[in-house]
Amino acid sequence: MSETATTHPGWRDTALLPVKRVMKEYGLLVALVVIVAFFQIATNGSLLQPLNVTNLLLQNSYIVIMALGMLMVIVSGHIDLSVGSIVGVVGALAGVLIVQMHLDIFSAVLLCLACGALIGAMQGYCVAYWKMPSFIVTLAGMLVFRGATIAVSGGQSIGPFPASFSWISSGFMADPLQVGSLRVTSLLAGVLVAAAFFLIEYRTRRRVLSRNGDAPSTAVFLLKNGAFAGLIVYFCYILANYRGIPTVLITMSVLIVVYTIIMNKSVFGRRIYAVGGNLKAARLSGVNTQRIVFLAFVNMGVLAAIAGMIFAARLNSATPRSGFGFELDVIAAVFIGGASASGGVGTVLGVIAGAFIMGVLNNGMSIMGIGVDYQQMIKGLVLLAAVFVDMYQKNKD
Amino acid sequence: MTMHSSVILDMQGIEKSFGPVKALRNVNLHVRKGEIHAICGENGAGKSTLMNILSGVYPHGSYGGRILFGGEERRFRNLRDSEHAGICIIHQELALAPMLSITENLFLGNEKSKGGLIDWTAAHDAARVLLDRVGLSEPPETLVGDLGVGKQQLIEIAKALAKDVKLMILDEPTASLNERDSDTLLNLMLELKAKGVTSIIISHKLNEISRVADAITVIRDGSTVDVMRYAVDEVSEARIVKAMVNRELADRYPRREPKLGETMFEIRNWRVIDPSHHDREAIRSVNLKVRRGEVVGISGLMGAGRTELALSVFGRLFGRHIGGTVHLNGREIDTSTVAKSIGHGLAYVTEDRKGAGLVLGDSIARNIALANLKAVSSFGFMIDDHSVLDVARDFREKLRIRSHDVLQKVANLSGGNQQKVVLSKWLFTDPEVLILDEPTRGIDVGAKYEIYSIVNDAVAAGKCVLMISSELPELLGTCDRIYVMNEGRFVGEFTAAEATQERIMGAIMTNQALVN
Repeated sequence: MSETATTHPGWRDTALLPVKRVMKEYGLLVALVVIVAFFQIATNGSLLQPLNVTNLLLQNSYIVIMALGMLMVIVSGHIDLSVGSIVGVVGALAGVLIVQMHLDIFSAVLLCLACGALIGAMQGYCVAYWKMPSFIVTLAGMLVFRGATIAVSGGQSIGPFPASFSWISSGFMADPLQVGSLRVTSLLAGVLVAAAFFLIEYRTRRRVLSRNGDAPSTAVFLLKNGAFAGLIVYFCYILANYRGIPTVLITMSVLIVVYTIIMNKSVFGRRIYAVGGNLKAARLSGVNTQRIVFLAFVNMGVLAAIAGMIFAARLNSATPRSGFGFELDVIAAVFIGGASASGGVGTVLGVIAGAFIMGVLNNGMSIMGIGVDYQQMIKGLVLLAAVFVDMYQKNKD
Repeated sequence: MTMHSSVILDMQGIEKSFGPVKALRNVNLHVRKGEIHAICGENGAGKSTLMNILSGVYPHGSYGGRILFGGEERRFRNLRDSEHAGICIIHQELALAPMLSITENLFLGNEKSKGGLIDWTAAHDAARVLLDRVGLSEPPETLVGDLGVGKQQLIEIAKALAKDVKLMILDEPTASLNERDSDTLLNLMLELKAKGVTSIIISHKLNEISRVADAITVIRDGSTVDVMRYAVDEVSEARIVKAMVNRELADRYPRREPKLGETMFEIRNWRVIDPSHHDREAIRSVNLKVRRGEVVGISGLMGAGRTELALSVFGRLFGRHIGGTVHLNGREIDTSTVAKSIGHGLAYVTEDRKGAGLVLGDSIARNIALANLKAVSSFGFMIDDHSVLDVARDFREKLRIRSHDVLQKVANLSGGNQQKVVLSKWLFTDPEVLILDEPTRGIDVGAKYEIYSIVNDAVAAGKCVLMISSELPELLGTCDRIYVMNEGRFVGEFTAAEATQERIMGAIMTNQALVN
């Protein structure tokens, strides 16, 4: 699946049958919808209860956020195993700065971000400029920063955080227009986002048509984007029935939009794909390949720091085990999302779908009361199946 | 020359489709026992597909037609089946493990073992016998990675002999060899023929074919269009070329009236230290001048330092630079990074098209835009996909890149069209100096002609071209002036009027440094 295909109607292989084409482009989204539908039935409707949807978002936000950075790292042809430990060490740092040293929130957040950037820069420097294998550098980082987490926190849980900090995870959008139990502002926000989305797609389509490009028929266009916009509104409606839009959702959405633009539209993004696709060709084409890889790791560090703060705020304490094993969920999300282990391939949309497939599986199976033993096995098999489907399609091409 | 009339291989009415695309329509191939049979055809004519069918890569049932080998019908399901029957393919890209020894490579998958343990003494002895048969005297413990490409090619042949081969298929065996190694290889083919080994050779080099082949089958657009036998038919290069491209190429090199201007590009006293041997100068005081509108060739054997010279100038990608300057239009320029080199108007088209020239999984459009993304972006940051497409469509038309559109993956293009994509990428940077490294390696006669025409257009537009090539006829046919390089130095310089193959080879052999 080429990552352009999802965003630019003109980039499509017109020879495919409509159904096949939809499966190729949106196969993962379809899989997500099927999984959601399955658990909705299997849990007698508990899955899409407003409270549970809100929880699903809160539980998976930090995975999605880190997956955005991991996508960049993996597309550039590398891997980062240290993100779980960065979550831990940044959480511990936040605990020390805010709870123990009573530093103001703003400075503490900045320091935490800088800490993430510094860790990413150190690892990126080793990988990009010293050509050390990223697997080993970040494996070392995973151990070092887990140890650092325990050292910084003194092996204790630090908390609770002041409300102003935990707001970044458990806060909700203020709602002056509440009608009964329905948070109208949240619903309106959803409608606005859906409308904006529709408008952008419409303008793109008009532009393609005006250049005699290949665009889908009006009916297909309306159906596809109407369904998408409808989903956004429905989703916000569910949330509006509970406590409205969580602040985490806003943070996550903004990051998703920014990273979609970077990966699909920016020169930097194109260069990451080129570096992962063929390092030598990228270097001969004037791309500063070392700097690209370095920046991908710095970026990963910053996003892991954001995730670390959100996670600490959600638990309302920083613990020595925070973030333990997160790297596996994040990497699994990226590969389920269709990225290639050899680099050069992967999409933001795919990664988000991948992260939520894992999230819904976790959540749905827990509601159904399936034991942790079977949960692990099922998640492992889903990862394997996703990669299998990917390889199968590639071999067929 | 003995001529056996018994047919060892008979492929009848072979057809093969990939989805809606018909790669082979009707190919017939009759190879007689003990002969060297050449297969010619433009890239994309279907030669590789045919060989993949013969070797079982495309299993029986996925193609139409019949294969008779050694008198009986064969239905190969995989490579193992065909190897078992005695068919061995030696691919253009060598399939050797560089970190293993010669012996280990020769018996890979076929180890000399007793009770699961390798009998090294027997293995090395057997390896020595095989090495002797291909004329190598290296100790069998030598790592394959330490051998040159030419010798590696011979190891591949020895590996085939180890499997008791009945039919050996060589896919462009000399594409990356220099003249001397090519010579050794062709002689070996003739020797093996004398000992009864049947070979199929796929090659674009017509002089080699006429030297070793007994028969030629020409394939065009997935069908056999001509079969010639040297003993019976009147065979000429013109006839082969005409059958391949279905048009007379009156001249293999398009004509050009040189319009030379002032000196445009100059390298002075260029010296580079070898990255793996710090006491050795890989490039030794090279001086070079190219005038506006001029095509200048660099000739030399493999390993003479031609590619290294180009790479050391273009972004200092090779070795450690210890002296010398680069000048463009009389002013010294800084080429210490690739980005700076491109900024000054240099372009380098690599010899390794797939490995370093293209992002194979990306589309034609994306590959063309890669070296000049700023030009298709607003604010130098946001890429405008529509201008990427416009630019790519423009080049696709101008350079006649054959594809269904510019969104096609370059991996699916033929070699000639891939090369045109690489050239488009560099022409899109609007270079002043175009450095071409083996620009027509492994591509067919028709596409070569088109590449030469692109070179001519570039110099007509006031650029200058520096062409590195191992094919002397190509340099003689296209260049205004030719430098000869050996062991990191320029050892000769000839104008188009003076240059002949003999003189150039003579300059290499005598190896006298050129005194400027």
